[in-house]
Amino acid sequence: MKGKGTVMMALAAVLCLVLAGSVQAQAPAAKNVVIGFTASQTGKLNVEGMRQINGLNLWMERVNAAGGVKLADGSVVKFTSKFYDDESNKGRVQEFYTKLINDDKANFLVSPYSSGLTDAAAVIAQQNNRIMITAGAASDSTYKKGFTLVYQTYTPASRYLTGAVDILAKLDPKAKKIAIVHEKDKFSTDVVNDLKQYAEGKGYQIVLFEGYDAGTTDFAPFINKFPKDVDAIMGGGHFADTSTFAKQLHEKGIKPTVVALLVAPPEPKFAELGEAAVGIIGASQWEPAAKYSPEAAKAKNLEWFGPTVAEFVEAYTKKFNEEPSYHSAGGFVAGLLIEKAIAKAGSIDTEKVKAALDAMDIMTFYGHLKFDNTPAAHGLQVGHDMIYIQWQKDPKGALVKEVVWPEEAKTKDVIPMPKKK
Amino acid sequence: MQLLTSLIDGLLIGFVYGVAAVGLTLIWGVMSVINLSHGPVMALGMFSTYLLFTNLGVNPYLALIAVAVFGLVLGLVIYAVAVHRVISAPHLSSLLATFAVNMIIIGIGTAVFSTSPHNIDFSLGSIYLGPIILPAARLLAAVAAILFTVLLYLFLYFTRPGKAIRAVANNRMAAELMGIPSAQVLALSFGIGTALAAVAGGLIATFFPFTILSGGPYELKSFVICVLGGLGNPLGALLGGLLLGGLEGLIPTFMPVSWVPVLEFGLFILVLLVKPSGLLGAKT
Amino acid sequence: MKALQRFGFWLPVLFILIWGLYILTVRQDSAREQAFTLLMFVGLASSLNILLGYTGYVSFGHIVFFGLGGYSGFYFLSAHNLPLLLSALLGGVVSAILAGLIGLAVLRLRGAYFALATIGVNEAARAFVSNFEPFGGATGLFVNYSVYQGFGGPGPALWRTFIYLWLIVLITVIISYVIKNSRFGLGLLAIREDEDAAMVMGVKAPRAKTLAFMFSAFFPGVIGTLYFFKNGNVEPGDAFSLHMSIEMLVMVMLGGMGTVFGPVIGAVAYQGLRGFLLTSPLFKNLHLAIAGVFLLLIVLFVPAGAIGWLRERFLKLRKVLE
Repeated sequence: MKGKGTVMMALAAVLCLVLAGSVQAQAPAAKNVVIGFTASQTGKLNVEGMRQINGLNLWMERVNAAGGVKLADGSVVKFTSKFYDDESNKGRVQEFYTKLINDDKANFLVSPYSSGLTDAAAVIAQQNNRIMITAGAASDSTYKKGFTLVYQTYTPASRYLTGAVDILAKLDPKAKKIAIVHEKDKFSTDVVNDLKQYAEGKGYQIVLFEGYDAGTTDFAPFINKFPKDVDAIMGGGHFADTSTFAKQLHEKGIKPTVVALLVAPPEPKFAELGEAAVGIIGASQWEPAAKYSPEAAKAKNLEWFGPTVAEFVEAYTKKFNEEPSYHSAGGFVAGLLIEKAIAKAGSIDTEKVKAALDAMDIMTFYGHLKFDNTPAAHGLQVGHDMIYIQWQKDPKGALVKEVVWPEEAKTKDVIPMPKKK
Repeated sequence: MQLLTSLIDGLLIGFVYGVAAVGLTLIWGVMSVINLSHGPVMALGMFSTYLLFTNLGVNPYLALIAVAVFGLVLGLVIYAVAVHRVISAPHLSSLLATFAVNMIIIGIGTAVFSTSPHNIDFSLGSIYLGPIILPAARLLAAVAAILFTVLLYLFLYFTRPGKAIRAVANNRMAAELMGIPSAQVLALSFGIGTALAAVAGGLIATFFPFTILSGGPYELKSFVICVLGGLGNPLGALLGGLLLGGLEGLIPTFMPVSWVPVLEFGLFILVLLVKPSGLLGAKT
Repeated sequence: MKALQRFGFWLPVLFILIWGLYILTVRQDSAREQAFTLLMFVGLASSLNILLGYTGYVSFGHIVFFGLGGYSGFYFLSAHNLPLLLSALLGGVVSAILAGLIGLAVLRLRGAYFALATIGVNEAARAFVSNFEPFGGATGLFVNYSVYQGFGGPGPALWRTFIYLWLIVLITVIISYVIKNSRFGLGLLAIREDEDAAMVMGVKAPRAKTLAFMFSAFFPGVIGTLYFFKNGNVEPGDAFSLHMSIEMLVMVMLGGMGTVFGPVIGAVAYQGLRGFLLTSPLFKNLHLAIAGVFLLLIVLFVPAGAIGWLRERFLKLRKVLE
């Protein structure tokens, strides 16, 4: 009996070895990680939303082509994505995120575009213990509600437009009066509230502080209200209304020293405004002309990760036939963050990836990324800084978008708004 | 001075609002249908002007003629497909039928044009009248709006089909007894109504950027204007447009702009309650 | 309690009862979320039907009660820390009181004038709320995530919200049935057929209409609070969406105006179709247009809606479908 037992044990052992060998002979099993999100494919936020999807897709293509991410247990992770159209509308956001997590088995989430939608989605992410990277949810309030799994890629609203005040100070030290006109939505209102505080702190006088409804097309009532000697006009909202505002400022011949607006100016499409675009300053999360590089990272003692700016711009332009805007970069970097965190954690387990994100402090083509990891404002982006661009005319008279602020990143000096002849 | 500039700005745009509202009120007056596809048709008018201008280089003001024809044809199609069957049904049916058309246009429009803003880059500069600066595009739009209204007036009062439309509006039964083919007249009125919407859209496109969703707010304004001027009264609608434009110009000089819609719709409800025949009250 | 012996009563009630129980037994998140969306619209459509179906008044801006009631309820919840159910009921009460006041004025209008006035009320309310500081103005209100911890985490909180919604919708449908089969309801139906004649016959039309308006405003207020709580925040744009308001009309129409079961079926069918089109990869670009074509066909060819059509077609069904 005893002998038989030994034989059996030996046989079993051999069998195990063979099995193990055959497993090892195959390539390490590739795990599939699903990135789930809803996007504004239709509805009012469709342009911003689509760029973000493009950016994310490009990242996925790159990481998969490079063989995916290797985990600590030797297995390899590849990515797929799944998304639904939220129609730029809160109605079904929670339903879709629940579906993404439960039915489509999404392991990681990317936020919808806009703060209101993101807040709704974050509740579901928390409930299901999924990490959500936000792109396009700039309001600070989202991160001060006590969520623990939400991470922001964009510079928050509170630091969005404050640089414009510094630009004004540089261009005209004697300037005093700032007028602020903004869209009445969560994002723009948050931005200008902090802007107002900042400007007042610097001794400026806010001569007009008013909001307009989403979808406003006629800005003449505001423009007629500006005092003649206003030094700067700041504010705006999303693309459509802000570009209308810029156009009407021009038609009305309003040319203060600084006009700094949200969202629209960095978009390549803004150039369609022609003459009206000249001199307009815009705050941008990222620009193709941005000067982030592995060397810059080394100088700041930060780890560099991902493609260089040039690589990203080239790959994006080749694939989508348009120049990337910061929304595209935001989509890409959302993926990049997930990739980096998984690689560092060596796992796709939420807790471990969360720890990696909490500790993250890296430089990418998109700039410095670091999150607030205190409970009061968990996930708030504290590393990344805004870039300010200005539409200027080159010697041939063509419109070019130049980076003018901060000083160390500029491609051209900032100029005062050209006066009407 | 600010007051004057604001008022003129408002009145100029009021003419354009007026044209859109005249279209809406004409349809209401003739067949008691509230056309919920008015906004999307305006948006289509904007896009037609845009496409003609950017692809064929047609001057946007000349393009208006083509846009008007396009609007007319579109109106005839919408009438035949969606409205004719429910013309005698309760209000809800025609409301929902035109709303369905609204969804179809927006749905296809979003797929084709996306909801990104488009812009006609055709700058006419500004006109300086002393201290008052007026964008030339708005001035021209107002002129074009007046022109189209005059044309409509001439048509309604001096041509046979125009007279037939007025007869049907007055009393459809009686008109039919007099041998007026009411189905054709209804279709024509609907076509003219949507043509005006498309033209108003084309005019708006010359000075505001627009998206496929842009028609919505103007449709709402058209409702307000129609009620101010008296539902079914084209002249009232034009004056209502001026009134609304003037208010939009003036109110902001006294209070924050964001209160304008509160007052606008408040006035709208008030007029409905107190004088449903409209401020002009010409017809009941 | 004659109602308890009627099939027309039990059909919608059992339908919702069993549906909710099913969701509670499978306890699956995505099934719950889908049911939440559908049930919410069932509740909205049924409450609109109390006004639209029974009195024939077409309220275009009915969403205003979802918005105002929901905002008020959410305000009690977030600013005064009242419990969820109490806040929701208070939201409903505020909504009903406002409806009473608005109704006294607006219900004097008839036909298209009334429809237009309700649009005006909705737009005015939206513009007002986005200027109204206690309601957070344009940025709206939100609750902190910690609020959900009070329910034992977001999961239990969402389940609890679902159960409340389910019960409210159940009550909506029962009330809808009770009104239809009461003396009061008969008065409303008489108003629908011919208001002047009804007045002559002794129906106190102004009072009856206002009451119906208040009933049909109460439930959207409750539902609004629950929905906004579930989202964790509310902004004026979500609360007063005219598009959603028109969708409510569409759902009532699809199922059959003035029937109890119709709005239930209409809401499930319409929102189910929209959800399917939105998530199906085949139609994702054209979902809105396809929904539009579908609606147009129904309006043109089946104007009585599904239940209305069945009742007309098969006389025997009249006994069982209400």
